[in-house]
Amino acid sequence: MEQPATLLDVRDLHVEFRTRDGVAKAVNGVSYSVAAGETLAVLGESGSGKSVTAQAVMGILDSPPGFVTGGEVLFRGRNLLTMGEEHRRRVRGAKLAMIFQDALSSLNPVMTVGAQLGEMYEVHQGMTRKDARARAVQLMDRVRIPAAKERVRDYPHQFSGGMRQRIMIAMALALEPDLIIADEPTTALDVTVQAQVMDLLAELQREYNMGLVLITHDLGVVADVADKIAVMYAGRIVETAPVHELYKRPAHPYTRGLLDSIPRLDHKGQELYAIKGLPPSLTAIPPGCPFNPRCPRAQDICRSDRPPLYAVEPGRASACHFWKETLDES
Amino acid sequence: MRADGEAILEVRDLVKHYPLTRGILIRKQIGAVHAVDGVSFDLRRGETLGIVGESGCGKSTVAKLLVSLERPTSGHIRYKGEDVTKLSGRALKAVRRNIQMVFQDPYTSLNPRMTVGDIIGEPFEIHPEVAPKGSRRRRVQELLDVVGLNPEYINRYPHQFSGGQRQRIGIARGLALRPEVIVADEPVSALDVSVQAQVVNLLERLQNEFDLSYVFIAHDLSVVRHISDRVAVMYLGRLAEVGTDAQIYDHPTHPYTQALLSAVPVPDPDARERRERILLTGDVPSPAHPPSGCRFRTRCWKAQEKCARVVPPLEVPDWFREGGGPAAHVSACHYAEERHVVPVREPGAEAPVSWNGP
Amino acid sequence: MPEPDPLDKETITPAGGGAMTLATSDAETLEGGPIPGGTQSGKARSLWSDAWHDLLRSPVFVLSALVIVFLVVIAIRPSLIASGNPLSCDLAKAQEGSQPGHPFGYDTQGCDVYTRVVYGARASITVGVCATAGAALLGGVLGGLAGFFGSWWDALLSRLADVFFGIPIILGGLVFLSMVTSGSVWPVVGFIVLLGWPQISRIARGSVVGAKQHDYVQAARALGAGGTRLLLRHIAPNAVAPVIVVATIALGTYIALEATLSFLGVGLKPPTVSWGIDISNASNQIRNAPHMLLWPAGALSLTVLAFIMLGDAVRDALDPKLR
Repeated sequence: MEQPATLLDVRDLHVEFRTRDGVAKAVNGVSYSVAAGETLAVLGESGSGKSVTAQAVMGILDSPPGFVTGGEVLFRGRNLLTMGEEHRRRVRGAKLAMIFQDALSSLNPVMTVGAQLGEMYEVHQGMTRKDARARAVQLMDRVRIPAAKERVRDYPHQFSGGMRQRIMIAMALALEPDLIIADEPTTALDVTVQAQVMDLLAELQREYNMGLVLITHDLGVVADVADKIAVMYAGRIVETAPVHELYKRPAHPYTRGLLDSIPRLDHKGQELYAIKGLPPSLTAIPPGCPFNPRCPRAQDICRSDRPPLYAVEPGRASACHFWKETLDES
Repeated sequence: MRADGEAILEVRDLVKHYPLTRGILIRKQIGAVHAVDGVSFDLRRGETLGIVGESGCGKSTVAKLLVSLERPTSGHIRYKGEDVTKLSGRALKAVRRNIQMVFQDPYTSLNPRMTVGDIIGEPFEIHPEVAPKGSRRRRVQELLDVVGLNPEYINRYPHQFSGGQRQRIGIARGLALRPEVIVADEPVSALDVSVQAQVVNLLERLQNEFDLSYVFIAHDLSVVRHISDRVAVMYLGRLAEVGTDAQIYDHPTHPYTQALLSAVPVPDPDARERRERILLTGDVPSPAHPPSGCRFRTRCWKAQEKCARVVPPLEVPDWFREGGGPAAHVSACHYAEERHVVPVREPGAEAPVSWNGP
Repeated sequence: MPEPDPLDKETITPAGGGAMTLATSDAETLEGGPIPGGTQSGKARSLWSDAWHDLLRSPVFVLSALVIVFLVVIAIRPSLIASGNPLSCDLAKAQEGSQPGHPFGYDTQGCDVYTRVVYGARASITVGVCATAGAALLGGVLGGLAGFFGSWWDALLSRLADVFFGIPIILGGLVFLSMVTSGSVWPVVGFIVLLGWPQISRIARGSVVGAKQHDYVQAARALGAGGTRLLLRHIAPNAVAPVIVVATIALGTYIALEATLSFLGVGLKPPTVSWGIDISNASNQIRNAPHMLLWPAGALSLTVLAFIMLGDAVRDALDPKLR
């Protein structure tokens, strides 16, 4: 059987939340794809729809109030959204895995970590408890948890934050998935621990040739590990680009503003550039370009016409009517 | 340099231990969490002192001690020469007017049942001598304007605002009594990147406008460098290294500072290849059982037998003292050594100057 | 001066309808513009008024509130809907069924069941409301102070509450109330308050301990606020919601408890008119005159249900997790 190069292909995904305050359009036509061995960073601020997209892909959207109202999620060419529940569950468990920000609440507090890791093998591969436990120890060794043999009998709360996140990674890896979606995996961790965990994740990804979707708000983390980036704003992708190009020459004013607004580590710098205003409420996204009220470049056309994703260069796109000007200025 | 040298706050040998107890009616002390263990520094008038460190290093406890929300186990905090830790009642209340705090979480630091006007006006109710009753509403509206919020929002409730707007309300409350010192505990870490820059700029503008001195506590090293004149690095209840921003970031001499700086992800993909990462092994030890001698020795690649035995003093190391230069700043390491860890952008790859639209 | 800020005087149409013009004060007012979330249409809405709006939109609340208002009205003025006297009975009509003017029939004594059911609301509502008010006040204050001051005061109060928690309600009622000769509502109210306050005090304590840890309390302390201000201004308003919810639900159960005690003969006693007494009288006639049991029991169930549903609706509206 021939395998397509693309692992995950999200096409024109729409998600909305129906709340008592109205319909919040959280994801409005998001498309991205990830190939084996590739790292896609989905960058966005809170409310940009980056996590909701991932939840829809994983099929763990809280529904209600959340509903997928359009689009396709193709995993190895097959649409997860229309697949039968049974089949989808099998794909999701074995081929797709997710790592969450808060490891403590994602682990069962009354089960030992060994039992939780072992359960994956017992349920999905029908292993005996003893074999499963042995695999759990191997896995904990693999994510470099010291004294794995003894610690396999410990409960999640007995581990530090960094170690818990390693256990989460071990759980995601257990069935050797093709793709891992990591939602802010290191946000809750201290910098020194964050560096350890990111390095581990990157190393394992290379080793197993997995696809990785890294959801984050941290431009620093993205620069460290990503191959390509999708920048999200108000439920849309506003720019996609390979990592080096995006940082050097952003083609969307929002990306530009984000890059300029982070303080530097290597020198003190002058007053920070600040994007004015606030992200829009998802129940009242402005007409035209959703970024237009905050954009220094906004013209009349930005207030009336929604910009499509213009192809900027091969592998690059920007949802800005003035992408050329933005690019040239960089 | 904004600071003119005169110390407005002098912190000496500050210690805070939280007793660990057992038993319900009859409590028995079985140990103590050494949250802060002998911290000394000066805050000069008009300067910003940044305190960085990882979670559990005691930096938030220092903040609480500075604004007298906690009483130290021992040590002194002198505000203009007067020991704040000994004060109570009226005298303490008077000092509180001058040392205010901005909190980390804009969602829990504002009382959800009070209007913005009541929240910002509360300082005047507690200290009625600052503003006569009739003028308070006007003062609150002025404060809203100062922090960049529409004064018409005075009757709204906190839940009607975004995180960044709430943080501005918290800052307005901190400013109400015209304090001289503001202790800001992670004031921007809960905010989105684009909003974070707005609040950082606001804090800098207010500092110039009202001649404030800041103690700026954060774990984000880039933000701290941007806003601080001097930086103190904290590890497990003690200061590891203190110096100007250039001394700490460009010429760190303490291994912990070096590890910390080298771990910061830099928003520059080109730095991936150039950077030298110091990966620390293991976790921060529990502050209930801190290691003997140097606190960092359990994770330090340079640790010798001496480090377990002798607590390194926070002094300028002798071998740097004579030469002077940027490495000659206080560093609590027996084997302090300069090392460049922050990748500097190559001149050609310099980011374009900030723009403000066409 | 930069170009006019596009945010200035921009017209934004919130989802709730109605266009709104927002004017920012100056170009530096970076965030003076729209307010996020779905609450733009209202001006200044406190959490209380938000909760009230939610309640009005909840059918469960509206229905149970209507029932309760009706019950309270007839408890105050039963003669509005019942013209007879619940104590004037005609033995000749004992246990007769429904007939014109007497839709619920007669009981063993020949009293009109409809009149007695209507008049019985007074005892139930009085006991329910007074016992809840007493227990909420006592439990709320004691629990709140315990939570606020902590240390030995908290330890002492918690142990005391445990002692009262340990008393089995029915057994306690039989022992305590059998010593009382008066058949009025007050001994019953007193007994329920005595056993009911620990439940409320636990909730109040927990919720004060929770509220105390919020940064806004620390902020007020850093400003120099005293204990009274902290407690009344910052902690109590944010800790009272769970107490209200628990008290509303408790009200229903207190009414049921009164009926139970009256049924056992230690609660209210004739000539006080009470559903519990009537249910007790009817219980050995259930074969030959089921209507005697049906109507007072139905009224009791409806009342208890109404209060419990009200409590549920209030909890949904006040639940901070939904906000």
